[in-house]
Amino acid sequence: MWDLISNSVYAGILLSIAIGIIGSLIVINKATSITGSIAHGSFGGIGIGIYFGINILLSTTVFTLFLALILAFITIYYKHRSDSLIGVIWALGMSVGIIFLSLSSGYHADALSYLFGNILLVENSDIFMMAGVDLLLLISIIVLYNRFLAMSYDMEFLKVRGINAEILYTYFLILTSLTIVMSVRAIGIILILALFTIPPLIAERFTKKFYLMMVLSGVLSLIFVVGGIILSYYFDLSPTPVIVIIAALGLFLSMFKKG
Amino acid sequence: MRAVEIKNLYFKYQNEWVLENINLEVEDGEFVAIVGPNGGGKTTLLRLMLGFLKPTEGEIKIYGKPPKEASSFMGYVPQYTSFSLDIPITVFDIVLQGRLERGKFFYSKKDKKKALEIMEKLKIKDFKDRKIKDLSGGQRQKVLIARALVSEPKIVLMDEPTSAIDPKGQKEILDLIESMQITRVVVSHDIKILLRNVDKIVYIHKKAVIHEGPKLNIPKDKHFCEVELIEFLKADECGI
Repeated sequence: MWDLISNSVYAGILLSIAIGIIGSLIVINKATSITGSIAHGSFGGIGIGIYFGINILLSTTVFTLFLALILAFITIYYKHRSDSLIGVIWALGMSVGIIFLSLSSGYHADALSYLFGNILLVENSDIFMMAGVDLLLLISIIVLYNRFLAMSYDMEFLKVRGINAEILYTYFLILTSLTIVMSVRAIGIILILALFTIPPLIAERFTKKFYLMMVLSGVLSLIFVVGGIILSYYFDLSPTPVIVIIAALGLFLSMFKKG
Repeated sequence: MRAVEIKNLYFKYQNEWVLENINLEVEDGEFVAIVGPNGGGKTTLLRLMLGFLKPTEGEIKIYGKPPKEASSFMGYVPQYTSFSLDIPITVFDIVLQGRLERGKFFYSKKDKKKALEIMEKLKIKDFKDRKIKDLSGGQRQKVLIARALVSEPKIVLMDEPTSAIDPKGQKEILDLIESMQITRVVVSHDIKILLRNVDKIVYIHKKAVIHEGPKLNIPKDKHFCEVELIEFLKADECGI
């Protein structure tokens, strides 16, 4: 059994580190819809990669980074209409993906695998990429912890202190994009949002320091992911929905805690 | 050097003038209250002074520098109601944010010492490890004042510091502002601030400064007297 699920467990550990960091930042920055927009919009990169026959990982990375820059621009300069515009980018990215897929010849099972993901099918190359993104996230959060926390609480105050809050926010969205790209094969575009936000939402209720929120959401992600992998293996189910259902149950249980 | 110098300031938003021909001077150490009805442009003026907005015409100088270059000696106190209460952040974390500056990524021992000192002074040290959501409105506002003061600014700009606070909390906040030894510019629609020892009242109404001057020198101006100020100031000062 271990041989079959070892890569998925390693992927689960690496995903949990990423979710602990970036998921917590997404939740406290109220950037859930932006994350959904980048995640779903990334399908455009997948369609472009398949149509032109280029490396899908590369095309998805470039496309999601492009989306992150557009979304940063929208949220900074068109704040009053950002909610609607985020929805437009969400649909636009998916439309680009669907059009390029329909222009491509043949049946593309791999495109569907990106939509739903399968952590049991991750390869060594995926593990290396996840480790690389995790390293970048860890370095970024160590160096920028105080700034990210200040940005999340009061972005304008950061500006008064002479710090370029717009660049910091854009960097946060770039990190979010890279984390989405690294997670697409394992979790799938459709369910990324749930897994990125549920563990931090639970952790937020039990912690009063942000770094503790990140640690707890990382631990919770690991429990949900490994639990989901084991259950899906034994019951022959698709792992991502099982992981999301376990996490959602955890969220509902946590809501019994007052405060 | 003057603390604030605003010359021929105009500001337009979405093709509509919000402020027109504003001229204002604030001396070092003065306590200035910017008052007036909602929608008159007072918060816009504060945001221009903070560098969040760019003037359409005219110029603003804070101790001789444009607002964006004045961050090292400027403190800002927003309304406490503007922020999420769910973020896992303690009072100490928030106050320390006032020590952040360009090129600085980590807090030093000196930063932490300064933060504790200011919290002690503002009587919020006992709450330092509490989550911000566990504090009353007045206490939350004090935390934001501590965050502004911890960088030891020459000037502090405040936006409605007594808004949504109970009367006891309002008194404490106004006592605190009054006792500060630095330049204070306070925007407020709560005109109780005028009962305090302010050096200058700036009354903004319909995009323009209607009155600028000390409390004892209130003009017999129709615009100035017809509004709610009359409730707090002697009627004969307004010639009514």
